[in-house]
Amino acid sequence: MGQQEMRKLTYRDAVREGLREALQKDERVFLMGEDVGRYGGCFAASKDLLEEFGPERIRDTPLSESTFTGAGIGAALGGMRPIVEIMTVNFSLLALDQIMNNAATYLHMSGGLFNVPLVIRMATGGGKQLAAQHSHSLEGWYAHIPGIKVLCPATLEDARGMLWSALLDPDPVLIFEPAVLYPMEGELAVDAGAVEIGKAKLLREGKDLSLISYGSCLHKSLEAAAILAEEGIETDVIDLRTLRPLDEKSFLASVAKTHRALIVDEGWRSGSISAEISARIMEQAFYQLDAPVERICSAEVPMPYAKHMEEAALPQVVSIVETARRMVHG
Amino acid sequence: MADFIMPSLGADMTEGILVAWRVEAGDRVKHGDIIAEVETEKGLFEIEVFDAGVVDRLLVQPGPDKVPVGTVLATIADKMAVATVPVSEPGERLRVSPAARKLAAERHIDLNRLEGTGPQGSLCLADIEHAIGETVKEQAVPAPAEPKKPDDFKAGMRQAIAAAMSLSNREIPHYYLATDIDMSRALNWLAEQNRERSIKQRLLPVVLSLKAVARALEKVPELNGHWVDGQLQLKREIHIGFAVALRKGGLITPALHDVNRKSLDQLMADLGDLITRTRTGKLRGSEMTDAGITVTSLGDLGVQTVYGVIYPPQVALVGLGRIRERPWAEQGLLGVRPVLTATLAGDHRAGDGHQGGQFLDALGRALQEPESL
Repeated sequence: MGQQEMRKLTYRDAVREGLREALQKDERVFLMGEDVGRYGGCFAASKDLLEEFGPERIRDTPLSESTFTGAGIGAALGGMRPIVEIMTVNFSLLALDQIMNNAATYLHMSGGLFNVPLVIRMATGGGKQLAAQHSHSLEGWYAHIPGIKVLCPATLEDARGMLWSALLDPDPVLIFEPAVLYPMEGELAVDAGAVEIGKAKLLREGKDLSLISYGSCLHKSLEAAAILAEEGIETDVIDLRTLRPLDEKSFLASVAKTHRALIVDEGWRSGSISAEISARIMEQAFYQLDAPVERICSAEVPMPYAKHMEEAALPQVVSIVETARRMVHG
Repeated sequence: MADFIMPSLGADMTEGILVAWRVEAGDRVKHGDIIAEVETEKGLFEIEVFDAGVVDRLLVQPGPDKVPVGTVLATIADKMAVATVPVSEPGERLRVSPAARKLAAERHIDLNRLEGTGPQGSLCLADIEHAIGETVKEQAVPAPAEPKKPDDFKAGMRQAIAAAMSLSNREIPHYYLATDIDMSRALNWLAEQNRERSIKQRLLPVVLSLKAVARALEKVPELNGHWVDGQLQLKREIHIGFAVALRKGGLITPALHDVNRKSLDQLMADLGDLITRTRTGKLRGSEMTDAGITVTSLGDLGVQTVYGVIYPPQVALVGLGRIRERPWAEQGLLGVRPVLTATLAGDHRAGDGHQGGQFLDALGRALQEPESL
């Protein structure tokens, strides 16, 4: 096989490969969650893994997020490397007490004696007509909590490679997989493996504007950047990849070059991660700014079910393009 | 450099006659000053300048010849653009981007005379660049520096420690001794004492150690003093410098006075007071200078053995590690005891290892008789 040989697969396949690799590499790793076994995962990310690894390591759980997340914390404290899957971020709120009051605080509460090497995966975001109880983007909330790391893989490479790095981390790591990306097709190197976490990535370079995004909005930003380039507006496109800790150096350096920042975030605007990014730019790069920082976020409503209304509520390419134009040309 | 041109005083005017200059080269002018008289078919007009600066050269002399509109009549030194439209209503703050404002300030550009082309009519970098006739945007912009925190204090503290410790390591030939001390008697006695005390009044092991250091110094006074001008000057009082780490970084070793003459309760109270005042910056001058020896206790951090650097002009430093349970052989029997490793760094100019050994021996013995401390 050639070294940079590429092959086609979906985001879902990449997630599954990451899971398989982790299960093969380390016998302490196991996966548990609702429907991860016999059903193959609610988004089919763990399809066929039960047959390959058996019920000890691919464990179906009752519908009780708090219980099985707590069990994951216990297993992690006991030396295992659990991967807990929660169907969607909305349901993770049932486990918020376990995540925030236990997983995120144990190292602190035990005076540094007990760390919790737990990984929690969950689907996030809208765009699949799953309505107001399955479609929100709450990763920004989690990014508020000290003691955990918050990742959001937007590319096949990251979907494939972030999991292993997360398992190596001594502390709890939450991985948010944008549900709308599971069927996304793309190319991945045959020998793709673990990737570094904690750093943002510059996916496109330009001098006029910094588009700062992550998750499903990253792809909308890239699409917008291509349209803008045809009009002569060259943009940096930054994939944040990690929402906590925020790699602020990356976007501050970009703003120092372009002097304009547009943040695209599927979360609600008020109190969002985009607000945090905007504040940091204001605090640390104020004199680099040539235009006010702008944000494109979801409408502050429960996510509508109807397709046209859901589209209207989510950030879209056209609004990114229009806002960018206004910021550059006045 | 700005140009002063033959103005168009009406849509139908294509040329005019420069009748007179009201200024000479070198005159300072400001926005609105009348600097020339021009005659047209419609009459004689006084012409204002819209640039501030100094008249550089008068290029056209007054005369009967008609001069086409747009001809440069004079140049005005100072980079000021012509304001054609008032940018903002009086009293309204100009919309200027932070980056544009910064560049304009660096290049002494008057923002009031520029027209903004940025979002909401704001002045942006491009407008300033246009005014100064150069592009600065393409220059490599360094990544923003790490935000600086007010660390003058910390930097100064570091410099002071650096100076003292460099001097110490350069000039003092250190010798090092260490001994293990069985702390079971001391800790048992302490536990008994503390049982009768309120939490606030409880004694910590470190005061026992400090008092024991003072007792040992009474027996070996040669370690309590200053090395000045090639001589050891012994101290009569036993003032012990105690190393206090500051939360914002760095450390100070203020003196705890007359340790040998104070009760353990008094020492506990004085030590608490000293640490509080050290951390809030309320030490007295004498406390900074009159210690004859220093004790540094790094036991809370789990340090087992401290290899100290003497604080000049002192001649010794006692290091206390963590009291931890260790196997302890005594009279052919093996047991588990709480053990403290005490070290001594001594100035070999002022004394020898023999004294140091006597000192550590006395320290260990004193801690075997806690009731007499």
